Amino acid sequence: MKNPIASALTYIFLIIFGAVMVVPFIWMLSTSLMTQGEFNKNDSIFIPKEEYHVWQDGDTERRVILVQSKDGKAVIHVLNSEGQISTDFEEYLEVPDDQVKMVRKKPSFHFDNFVKAFKKVPFATYFANTLYVSFITLIGVLISSVLAAYAFARLEFKGKDLIFYLFLSMMMVPEPIYIISSYIMLDKFNWLDTYNALIIPWCVNIFTIFLFRQHFKSLPQELFDAASIDGCSTFGMLTRVVLPLSKGVMATAAVFSVIGSWNSFMWPLVMTDRPELRVLQVGLSYFNQEASTQTTLLMAASTFSIVPILIIFFLAQKQIIASYAKAGLKD
Amino acid sequence: MKTKRKIEPYLYLLPALVLLLLFRFIPILMSFAISFFDFGVTNIGKFTGFGHYSRLFADKEFWQSMGNTLWLVLIAVPASIILPLIFAQLLNQVERFKGFFRTIYFMPFVTSLVAVSIVWKIIFSEQAGLANTFLEWLGMKPQLWLAEPKGILPLFLENIGITAPQWMDGWLGGPSLALFSIIIMTVWKSLGYNTIIYLAGLQNISKVYYEAADIDGAGKLRQFFKITVPLISPTTFYVLLMTTIVSFQTFAQIYMMTDKGGPLGTTKLIVYYIYEKGFDKMDMGYASAAAIILFIVILALTLLQRRLEKKVNY
Repeated sequence: MKNPIASALTYIFLIIFGAVMVVPFIWMLSTSLMTQGEFNKNDSIFIPKEEYHVWQDGDTERRVILVQSKDGKAVIHVLNSEGQISTDFEEYLEVPDDQVKMVRKKPSFHFDNFVKAFKKVPFATYFANTLYVSFITLIGVLISSVLAAYAFARLEFKGKDLIFYLFLSMMMVPEPIYIISSYIMLDKFNWLDTYNALIIPWCVNIFTIFLFRQHFKSLPQELFDAASIDGCSTFGMLTRVVLPLSKGVMATAAVFSVIGSWNSFMWPLVMTDRPELRVLQVGLSYFNQEASTQTTLLMAASTFSIVPILIIFFLAQKQIIASYAKAGLKD
Repeated sequence: MKTKRKIEPYLYLLPALVLLLLFRFIPILMSFAISFFDFGVTNIGKFTGFGHYSRLFADKEFWQSMGNTLWLVLIAVPASIILPLIFAQLLNQVERFKGFFRTIYFMPFVTSLVAVSIVWKIIFSEQAGLANTFLEWLGMKPQLWLAEPKGILPLFLENIGITAPQWMDGWLGGPSLALFSIIIMTVWKSLGYNTIIYLAGLQNISKVYYEAADIDGAGKLRQFFKITVPLISPTTFYVLLMTTIVSFQTFAQIYMMTDKGGPLGTTKLIVYYIYEKGFDKMDMGYASAAAIILFIVILALTLLQRRLEKKVNY
């Protein structure tokens, strides 16, 4: 771009747009580090700070709540070390105005919100469940997708187009259409409230089948011819020729699968009820109901449930974005 | 040897095919069947024929959720097409920090809907939410956001001092501000993905067209409408289709950010309605009928878009 004004304008728009995308995350993080009182007061928006009153009682400084300050007299609640109103003093203590001072600390980060949120409901269990479900599903998806894609890409058989079309058409059907009948079916299998319900139905991923198929098709025919001359079986070609050349696409498929499992919500919400089986998203939704007034804890919980995926994303952002872009173009 | 050849390909297909038939194909067929029966807590009841469907068409709540969903689609889908196209175009023109901006824009898309729903619920909270802080900073009146059942059109007129006409009381008054808040969040979530798709599409347009236009003296804006928009249309159709299907499925936001589709049912969307009837009220036959209607609507729109795409072929 040659025109400097146009170039500057472009960057200004890009920055504004970027700010809109990123501000909710920054606000989430900053709110998760505040005390609830500070959030409710709403005057420290992005940088957590702390304000409180202290009373100079002789040589000791005590934290207090200022109730009222009038005509040189201040009415205060004296707080004990736990932050509750101390019983050692009168509940409404009257002291001279000049003995009470306001203290401001800026910034002041309350990392204890994370500990509190993590302990309030069994988030450790939710994390473990999510990891387990994501990992086993991933293995299932990789096995079923590689095999199916290999057949679609490199083998000839009757009804190939028809079966391929069946796969294609199923991809477009949204989950809410079949979630009720799936519930009834899983109930008949006695799978409700088990890991089976969360894992097995999702071990087929049409999207990753397409991803692999596209890649397997692009491998040069000479490799297969050479392997065939060496007496390699069809399955041997898959394990010895195809898979060693598919590390990149496997990683991409793995990321899609894990992000999908990690973020899925409606299915586990409906299919499980036992608290021990809750995955992170479902646990978070229960926490959202239980702690609806504890904004700062909610924000802390959101933060630690987002961070693992964001770490994966930042580590492999180039590949992830490129794969999503490619997947979009292929259709 | 010969028979082995014939069977072998199917063995490779077997795991995926079995799972697909069992957990997608059969449940979809079952949904149709179930919609014709009374279905309590997983126990089959009596055959009702089209009973559920006629009950559905007489249910005001069903029509309200359909109407709400329609507003969401009518606003979120165009916004998720126009804004990403503009920003992909801007991104395509810069060299420095391109990767940085791309990463930032894509962040909301990879994060979980449940977690960001919590964040946006708090952004829209009346007391100390960021949305009201922003309005205050602009010198505007604070709003109720997720608690506001009034339509955005009458609300806007009221805010500039005009009494809203009677016809704006119903569906024509636009989505409620509560639903509009959900729409804002939903668009925010999908912008990054669509921008990346458009960016990939733009890079496939040959520079030759623009060079020729430069020689002819066509301005940048003219080039955008005469070259970029037509040549990017395959991408636009893909984005249109995907965003429409995804918008119809909006669920987590409603579950997390609203009180059961409130206020006054103005944020109850069709998938939430299905969830409520099926899993709260355990009226599964009835909920399946609603799911089938949704299926037919999505299928019809998909076919319509395919036909449109064939007509507009560059």
